[in-house]
Amino acid sequence: MSRLTSDALSATEGENQQFLVFSLGEEEYAIDILKVQEILGYENVTRIANAPDFIKGVTNLRGVIVPIVDLRIKFHLDKVEYGGQTVVIVVNVFDRIVGIVVDGVSDVMTLTPNQIKPAPELGMSMSSDFLKGLGSLENRMLVLVDIDRLLTSKEMALVEQVEQIEQVAG
Amino acid sequence: MDITDFYDTFFEEAEELLTDMERYLLELNLEEPDAEQLNAIFRTAHSIKGGAGTFGFEALQKTTHLFENLLDHARHGELNLRRDIVDIFLETKDMLNDQLTAYRNGEEPDQEAFERICKTLQQLAEEEIKARGDGGDGSPGEPVSQPQAQTREEETETASEGESAESLLIALLGISEENRALLVEELEQFGTIIAQSGDTTRYEVELETTTSAADIESVMCFIIEPEQIETRSAKPSAAAEDTSPASEPDAPKATSEPSAPAEVSEPTSPSQQTTAPELAQPVAPQKPTEPKKTASKPPAKPKGGAESSSIRVSVEKVDQIINLVGELIITQSMLDQTVSQLDGVSNGSLVNGMSLLQRNARDLQEAVMSIRMIPMDFVFSRFPRVVRETSSKLGKQIDLHTEGESTELDKSLTERIIDPLTHLVRNSLDHGIETPEEREALGKPRVGNLTLSARHQGGNIIIEVKDDGAGLNRDKLLAKARENGLGVSDSMTDDEVWQLIFAAGFSTAKEVTDVSGRGVGMDVVKRNIQGLGGSVQIMSTAGQGTTIRIVLPLTLAILDGMSIKVGDEIFILPLSTVLQSLQPTKADLYEMAGEDLVLRVRDEYLPVIAVHDALDVAGAQTDPLRSIAVIVQGEGRRYALLIDDLIGQQQVVVKNLETNYRKVPGVSAATILGDGRVALILDIAGLHQLSQRKKEARQTSLDTSAKPLPTSTEVALS
Repeated sequence: MSRLTSDALSATEGENQQFLVFSLGEEEYAIDILKVQEILGYENVTRIANAPDFIKGVTNLRGVIVPIVDLRIKFHLDKVEYGGQTVVIVVNVFDRIVGIVVDGVSDVMTLTPNQIKPAPELGMSMSSDFLKGLGSLENRMLVLVDIDRLLTSKEMALVEQVEQIEQVAG
Repeated sequence: MDITDFYDTFFEEAEELLTDMERYLLELNLEEPDAEQLNAIFRTAHSIKGGAGTFGFEALQKTTHLFENLLDHARHGELNLRRDIVDIFLETKDMLNDQLTAYRNGEEPDQEAFERICKTLQQLAEEEIKARGDGGDGSPGEPVSQPQAQTREEETETASEGESAESLLIALLGISEENRALLVEELEQFGTIIAQSGDTTRYEVELETTTSAADIESVMCFIIEPEQIETRSAKPSAAAEDTSPASEPDAPKATSEPSAPAEVSEPTSPSQQTTAPELAQPVAPQKPTEPKKTASKPPAKPKGGAESSSIRVSVEKVDQIINLVGELIITQSMLDQTVSQLDGVSNGSLVNGMSLLQRNARDLQEAVMSIRMIPMDFVFSRFPRVVRETSSKLGKQIDLHTEGESTELDKSLTERIIDPLTHLVRNSLDHGIETPEEREALGKPRVGNLTLSARHQGGNIIIEVKDDGAGLNRDKLLAKARENGLGVSDSMTDDEVWQLIFAAGFSTAKEVTDVSGRGVGMDVVKRNIQGLGGSVQIMSTAGQGTTIRIVLPLTLAILDGMSIKVGDEIFILPLSTVLQSLQPTKADLYEMAGEDLVLRVRDEYLPVIAVHDALDVAGAQTDPLRSIAVIVQGEGRRYALLIDDLIGQQQVVVKNLETNYRKVPGVSAATILGDGRVALILDIAGLHQLSQRKKEARQTSLDTSAKPLPTSTEVALS
């Protein structure tokens, strides 16, 4: 599935892309909509001991055990609250299902290639390796996250054999 | 669509055929071989040859070809079977298996082994069949000397030419167009296509060929179902021939025999190609045997016979159903919880409906689980061979008995129990059962007995390997243990002494034999069985024998669990690991150096693992005296787990954490509780390591006092 979509992506490079826009604190982020499986409310997460703090635990998604990552903690946001607005975006990367916790989902945007600017060297909490670029839309700026690379990165500690998966994907 | 798409079907079927072949070979009564069995063995070889030819597996085809010829002689009584001949046959079967595996992996089979086995088979054919031929029972076709064989070959060729002008009408039923093109291409290899017409429901091909209809069917059956092909002679005269030979059973024999030796003597030179026409030729003279062969039509049989009663389904599909049923059960218990809060009187019909749903859901779950179950016969059937070979190597006489072959076990477990069981059987044969001389001296029958049995008990299956050999020697085991520096004492119970054989590097065999005694293995056996959630027990009486009992859960997909509470969190302990639970008293708790605590339980000192500490559970009971201690067993050691509360027993569906996440220390898997939440299933040994590491980390941080505690990330990654 994921391989198909990434193939499709490279084939359509230069064409418009659709992104799901979500908010983390005050900032707006976006991920490739083709990676998104569904959106859930945040509930019933079972904690996993001795895991990094941004891994909130695992939840039951219709019989499948899915890990839940809180991107707000990962990106060192000040305010991390769980309420009715807290949303989990379930993404499918390299045939793995992962839920990411965000403050809210706003809309789906279509970006033309010239609306996507290369990401500057940020040197912040998030390495620019995990960014696809910045999307500029009138007066809004979207941080385009490369969710594949982010979730399979070593520092996320979500997968055991990162290299192997990348190899398969490559 | 490509012919390679059919490879898998061929490999699977060929594998089954080989298994059948081995079983028939082992069952053969050498004094009075059963004709039906010999036929069956011949058919398996023949079917594999047909498929191998179609797919161009040269080595496999040649080997089966030689093999088939020998078997043909055997079934016609021209080859007297002896034990050593059967051994060669079994070896050939193994070789075929190797070749098949090689082809399956896209490699060429081992050329050297292939040549060796061909030579052995040819030699066997020459020696045995010639010997009988010289014995002069006058039956035709046995001489194998080169010139004679050549004449035979010529003869058969003429014979085949005489008959070859026949044209067959082959009807393909219900074949899609693309497949049809492929099949027609395949048919072309057998001869010349004169005419073809029809549609997808029925497509007729008129083929001029030297190959018999049955042979074409045999080959095609590797690709399509037997019902999908119909063959008959196009010519009236040929049709008559097709139907009549049934009344002259001797005719086929006479013609098939001369052809066979000719093939035997044929050198396996590279000139022998696998292309179908050439494959067809040697087979051609057998044409008159057709009615006979149809009666015992080879490839259709295993497939067609099984088809009426079973279907082939991929394991993934079954697992998917099991998953869905698991979901259904969870949803049902969620509903059940809601309904139980309602007033039973005003909602009577709903309550009734719920209990009906519950029963149906349970039945459904049981039925679905049974799909994965296969009889133990699958495991036991390979032991006649093991026993036969091992015992002849050791010069022992052993009768193998099996009991409870129909006992069913989860497929994934049966596959993983084979190795440990083989090891135990070899061990019994080697160390357990004495030589015939020793047995006689002891007043026992010369022939030793080895019994393999399986039976259900509760939610477990019990598999026993029982021998009537010497039994374990307590003194020898203790002496050996001391030699190895293991802490033992004379006051140990028998059970404890027997368990010593599972210690790593432990062997009491006087000599290291080819079969066993290198001291590796028994520990691996035990570890493997424990890895499957089972346990091993040993019962032994000196001079009377040893019984090794393996207790396994019926399935890995469902686990009998004990749910426990620590703080606000619920965890599951596999019930098989739980020995007892108790309230620790101050008198039984001992503090060791550092933070280590031990609990005395019946004169045994068990390391204490505080679950809340190992798994960082907040708000849990930290006072050991107010906790509950659960005595558990993991990887052969016992521990006392400190928990807040026992909730109860329940069956849980085991879910893999690694599918979407990674391995978590101290946790073996996860499950979904009745309320839809995920609960983690604890891994005892992992939990102990985790708690040790935590204590060590705290210790070192205390020692250096300045250094901070390792972060949780580090622990998780290490």
